[in-house]
Amino acid sequence: MIMAGFLEGLSPIAQGIQQAFSLLISLDPQILRITALSLIITMSAVLIGTLISIPLGSAIAYGKFRGRNAVIWLIQTLYAFPTVVIGLIVFLFIRKTGPFGSLDLLFTPQGMIIGQTILVLPIITGLTISALVAVDLTIRDTISSLGATRFQFLISTLKEARFAILAAIALAFGRAISEVGAAIIIGGNIASPGNFWTSTRTLTTAITLETGKGDIALSIALGIILLLIALVINVIISIVQNR
Amino acid sequence: MKSKRLLLALAVIGVLLTAMLFAGCTTPTKPPTTPMATTTPGEQQDLLIATTTSLYDTGLLDDLAGIFGPAYNANLRITAKGTGQALELGQNGDVDVVMVHDRAREDTFLQNGYGVDRRVFAYNYFIIVGPPSDPAGIKNMTPTEAFTTIYEKGQTDPAVVFVSRGDASGTHAREQLLWKNAGYNYSLIRTSGPWYVESGTGMGATLNIANEKDAYTLSDIGTFLAYQGNLTLVPLVTEGDDLLNVYSAMIVNPAKFPDTNVELSKEWINWLISPDTQNLIANYGVEQYGQPLFYPARDNWQLLGVSQAETQDPIP
Repeated sequence: MIMAGFLEGLSPIAQGIQQAFSLLISLDPQILRITALSLIITMSAVLIGTLISIPLGSAIAYGKFRGRNAVIWLIQTLYAFPTVVIGLIVFLFIRKTGPFGSLDLLFTPQGMIIGQTILVLPIITGLTISALVAVDLTIRDTISSLGATRFQFLISTLKEARFAILAAIALAFGRAISEVGAAIIIGGNIASPGNFWTSTRTLTTAITLETGKGDIALSIALGIILLLIALVINVIISIVQNR
Repeated sequence: MKSKRLLLALAVIGVLLTAMLFAGCTTPTKPPTTPMATTTPGEQQDLLIATTTSLYDTGLLDDLAGIFGPAYNANLRITAKGTGQALELGQNGDVDVVMVHDRAREDTFLQNGYGVDRRVFAYNYFIIVGPPSDPAGIKNMTPTEAFTTIYEKGQTDPAVVFVSRGDASGTHAREQLLWKNAGYNYSLIRTSGPWYVESGTGMGATLNIANEKDAYTLSDIGTFLAYQGNLTLVPLVTEGDDLLNVYSAMIVNPAKFPDTNVELSKEWINWLISPDTQNLIANYGVEQYGQPLFYPARDNWQLLGVSQAETQDPIP
């Protein structure tokens, strides 16, 4: 009895997977839009995050100031910043009646980029600090003893730590593209067929809300894409780390 | 050296994409409104709508937006929330139009000056659905009798479970009204035992939860019909005056929030109540589900207890 029910229950899943693959193979425009938007939002957030995090991380790694350890501890705690809390905070600040209400950022991809940037900042900053601190002391001493200026010293150590930093960026990318809490609160899962740039439907929000709508094939297809992206990121990380 | 090139490529892609993104944003999203959007091929305009989940989960709103958008050169951006959240977004000026179904809270919303120009565009009925075995035996009772029975049986029979939306939606408001009409204090019902659970989510998702738990729930008929194919739940109570479900649209008050795209909001609502669109609403889903999911409000204003003007007079 249970076995029969089990097999019977498998058939809609198999059907969903089959439909998902036909959607993927036919390059369904809706799937392409959702995937492209997700990649654009996350790449932008990671780019902005990286531009801020590397100088910031360097300053903290080699800086001497009171409370340095506390700052590092705080950054590392924020690795686990709950994404829904980020979503809530950003929402409160960018809604019409919030402090940045006049910028019209709620329910826009730009608003979502802000949320994801906040998400990736502590990750890239923290791992940059670890990477820089981990650069062998003898290498650091050598660079200093060769009479490097502070700037030259920093560039050289960043070069030494580049693989670890690249891995940090890839890790942050993976966390940002797979997060759903902030994306739903800030974005609202809006499909806007008329204008790509006002759509806020990403891979994760579509899976969350379109599954509820009964669009199983779409959700499975998007899930497969998310897994593929995760796979690519992991391949990048392992290539980089094997050097 | 390869890694350098890889880094460079990644950076270039990132910069290009960001540039594209911001290039896309610099085009004004809300240009000065042209009153005759149908005849003037102007720039496409955005209309942001917060809607109750039932209109979205049934697919009706996507369908209507797909017709209105191209015809009026409008980009309808729809976010599906419960009525409570939709009104909250309206109160903060975060959207242009709210589409909801809770007369009492709509009245408050209008009285407090957050919204203007309410028009009633559709209605259907709430139904109480449950597992085919109907462990509480509520089939064909009146809604209040059914609620009373579910509460009483739920105290002793672990097979009797009720799933509430629990999300301040219009359906949740109606559920609270039914408890009140049955003579119960809602806050006591909520905490009276494991028989009562709250999903905290949209109608479609709540039906799926009730289905998995073999539980009772209150649903609008439209969402139930749209989801019926994947449910074992059956309608058990379908008749009663207190099951009427009326959908309205309101414009977020431009006097409070000047950013509201008033012209396009008016065109959207006037289009909704126009005879042709009312026909579309009446026929939506008939072919697929064998019966309509929504009924047009236009010629039924007396049944709905609203003014005739509210169902058919275009917003000036």
